[in-house]
Amino acid sequence: METIRNFSIIAHIDHGKSTLADRMIQHTGLADTRSFRDQMLDTMDIERERGITIKSQAITLPYLGRDGKNYTLNLIDTPGHVDFSYEVSRSLASCEGVLLLVDAAQGIQAQTLANLYLAMEHDLEIIPVINKIDLPAADVEKVMEQIDSELGLDAFGSIPCSAKEGIGIEDIFEAIVTRIPPPRGDSTRPLSALIFDAQYDAFRGTVVHCRLFDGTMRAGQTVMFMHNNTAYRVEEVGRFGLNREKRDRLEAGDVGYLLAGIKTVSDVSVGDTITDEQRPCAGPLPGFKEARPVVFASIYPIASDDYEELAVALEKYKLNDSSFTYQKDSSVALGQGFRCGFLGLLHLDIVQERLEREYDLSIILSVPSVRYRFTLKDGKTVFIENPAYYPDPTTIIRTDEPYIRATMMFPERYLGAVMKLCIDRRGEDSSISYPSPDRVELRFDLPLASVIYDFYDNLKSITQGFGSFDYDILDYRESSLVLLDILVNGEKVDALSQIVHRSKARERALLACDRLKEEIPRQMFKIAIQGAIGGEIIARSTISAFRKDVTAKCYGGDITRKRKLLEKQKKGKKRMKMVGSVSIPQSAFVAILKSDQA
Amino acid sequence: MRFCTVTSPSDDTDPEKIPSDDPSPPAGLYIHVPFCASRCSYCGFYSTTDRSRLSSYRDSLKREMTLTAGEFEAFDTFYLGGGTPSVLRRSELEEMIEDSWKVFPMTDGYEATIEANPGDVDRDFCSFLRDTPLNRINLGVQSFDDDILAYLGRRHHAGEALAALDAMRAAGLGNIGLDLIYGVPGQSLESWMETLRRAAGTEPEHLSCYELTPEPGTPVGERCSSGEDRLPGEDLRFRFFMITSEYLESMGYIHYEVSNFARGVSFRSLHNMKYWNHTPYLGLGPSAHSFAGNRRWWNHPSIGRYCSDLADNRRPVEDMETLDEDDLRFESIFLGLRTGEGIPLDLLNVREGDPAGELGSPVLERCLAGRLLEISNGRVRPTRRGLALADRLAVLL
Repeated sequence: METIRNFSIIAHIDHGKSTLADRMIQHTGLADTRSFRDQMLDTMDIERERGITIKSQAITLPYLGRDGKNYTLNLIDTPGHVDFSYEVSRSLASCEGVLLLVDAAQGIQAQTLANLYLAMEHDLEIIPVINKIDLPAADVEKVMEQIDSELGLDAFGSIPCSAKEGIGIEDIFEAIVTRIPPPRGDSTRPLSALIFDAQYDAFRGTVVHCRLFDGTMRAGQTVMFMHNNTAYRVEEVGRFGLNREKRDRLEAGDVGYLLAGIKTVSDVSVGDTITDEQRPCAGPLPGFKEARPVVFASIYPIASDDYEELAVALEKYKLNDSSFTYQKDSSVALGQGFRCGFLGLLHLDIVQERLEREYDLSIILSVPSVRYRFTLKDGKTVFIENPAYYPDPTTIIRTDEPYIRATMMFPERYLGAVMKLCIDRRGEDSSISYPSPDRVELRFDLPLASVIYDFYDNLKSITQGFGSFDYDILDYRESSLVLLDILVNGEKVDALSQIVHRSKARERALLACDRLKEEIPRQMFKIAIQGAIGGEIIARSTISAFRKDVTAKCYGGDITRKRKLLEKQKKGKKRMKMVGSVSIPQSAFVAILKSDQA
Repeated sequence: MRFCTVTSPSDDTDPEKIPSDDPSPPAGLYIHVPFCASRCSYCGFYSTTDRSRLSSYRDSLKREMTLTAGEFEAFDTFYLGGGTPSVLRRSELEEMIEDSWKVFPMTDGYEATIEANPGDVDRDFCSFLRDTPLNRINLGVQSFDDDILAYLGRRHHAGEALAALDAMRAAGLGNIGLDLIYGVPGQSLESWMETLRRAAGTEPEHLSCYELTPEPGTPVGERCSSGEDRLPGEDLRFRFFMITSEYLESMGYIHYEVSNFARGVSFRSLHNMKYWNHTPYLGLGPSAHSFAGNRRWWNHPSIGRYCSDLADNRRPVEDMETLDEDDLRFESIFLGLRTGEGIPLDLLNVREGDPAGELGSPVLERCLAGRLLEISNGRVRPTRRGLALADRLAVLL
């Protein structure tokens, strides 16, 4: 156990976490340069493209220290986005130390701080690493100052490096073995292991990633997942190399995996405690939470024939994503579909993209919604996240919506603009602090609904990329809500209905009408688009009719050319959804989805 | 010279009858003459101005006739197009027609058309035509506005077109068609109406009024895509279309296809109608298309390739396709909707007489209510406004 080190890398998005992880793997010789794919740990295409880690990953790195000892370093890679902060906290709970990565040009950002606080909560040894020192804009001095004044860490203990260029990697390894303490624990005590991730393997079922605090785990043993209260017979345990490496047993302090014929990842809860059924530990490890979706949207296939295919794709997808939820849903306008729950908007984006890319499905997403609370005259309280189930307005006595506390950091010169953005998004109870002279930390309580669309995008653009954002879910607060419907030629497009704050209803309706007008191509008849609350029309736009759409010639006998042209148009039309006699392109649904939310 | 004819197997003279319903309808024969004195700036059809290849073209054509002889039972239309067939010498034309008549028997009551450029048509040419079996002439007038003719890169003036028409009438030619173009950049509705009035004044049996289509690779196409020239907007194009249809119908013409008007059913272009209703046709010459049953094939759009293939005794076919049921059905719909006859209702899988609202197609319902389509005698027919939207209707239905 003395030669084991369990650590994680935490960083603000884009500060180079995956690159550093890759470089460290390369350094240990586990992967040779030739066979090395950049960003080994981010195995999904989307992860590599977006440069963020979605799923946690773990890998065991052998390292020969300068003291001549052979060390076993367990690197637990964590997701790098606020949507996944619970997963981050479970990964950190499995470590004794972290590398806190800071971009030498960008300095400390909100997530750097948020992650640092998390690390501190878990009492971890923190090693600041200043990355990207090769950049022309790198200012190592200044970042050291920030580390000292804003993080309150010993700046002289920080390690400058360039993960991209491979500079400073050896120093990082030495710091890990000398500064991060070895795990404490006792292999003779009852088993106590923390689940920090679970992944699906088509052949072996769920691969449970865990960290053992006490006891041992081996094949044949019957283990208990304490929160789920289920028992499994262990089939195999092992460590993470580039692939799974089977071992006889895992002991206290180890990070590894277990296979037990568990069918889906949903049978496993991240944060749960594994113990021995015969000889259980005193109690579960602290910090368990159930990952609950906070953003909801319906997914429909563009072609209703694809419904079965979508169902299969969701089932498969769900195998590997326990925080994603879905159930059947149907829309008058869009037919059969599924109501889905997501941890946040990024999570939603990822699911959408993977369905389209990996399962080759063309889908339409309805306007995302949060879960609202309605208090009714009969004293009942109902939670509604689907506008289709909006209660009869005459029965409602009170409406509430979920709030978050947002923490934003940015250079002081943007304060006015960011304040305005937050107030516009119905922010309240703000507080400002100045962790360093020219840097502002702004906290705001905001309705979750007002940030799930494009708040972060707006923040980034207002602050020219210097602004960072993090949030915690707070509570429900009273709010004046209405149901906004969108009508196309008098027909309600239920998938475009939204629950909105009364003060923003008109603005939102106008925007929806305008966006639809832009996105719906002119058709053979005039199209009226209306926004309505109840029976009252509050916004409208009109798309005039197309009147001439025929080519003059059939090119002599070359009917083939003509047919191919029209077949192409037909294909384009297939990507549209018919509502009554109006074809609405997918882009129209997307445009509504992306529009500014208030 | 002597030209033989055979009797049509079916003696069906009902002009409303759709030839494709016939078990083995006579086919159409098209010969592409890929030579022009000069290239017009909008034309996307294959042709060359290099007359030095004329003799090898004529040899090749002869060989192609031999290779394709017997493939079709009988023909009832003949169309000499291009290119500009009227640039050929009389003797060359005469030989070409004679060869063709020998190889491809024509039924009684056939239609045989030649395309001609107004500048090539004089009294001499007209009396020559009268001695051939050709019985229809299609004149590429395009416009009676000299500015527009110049823009289109035509070789003739409005005056020459009028003179050609006079000459044809004087020679007693009884089935004359005019080609006209509208929607030229800068063209006003007034200028187009003037052309239409003058065209109608010559009382042609047939009028083709094409909206200018910018073909990629042509000077007009390039100028339009670069933004140098601007085609009229959709609204103006709609008005060109409507005014053309309204005016010509008021003058007694039948608007029987998107771009075609006839002074009576018997003057509809029998040959062109074959393209629209899946009647077989054989195309000879470079770039010519053929169709039979469920197969369509087309020749190389290159005179060099055409001649070299035939020199090797090979059919000069560039490619072919086989149409499955869906292809044929879709073609029937989009081609049918371009014509006044429309399409049989059962092509759309709906039945006439169903109570309103139960045709099972909201688009069809909407088009009927919006007077884009009408249903009569078991057929869905486009109205005038429907014809202007024929492509879209086909895609939506």
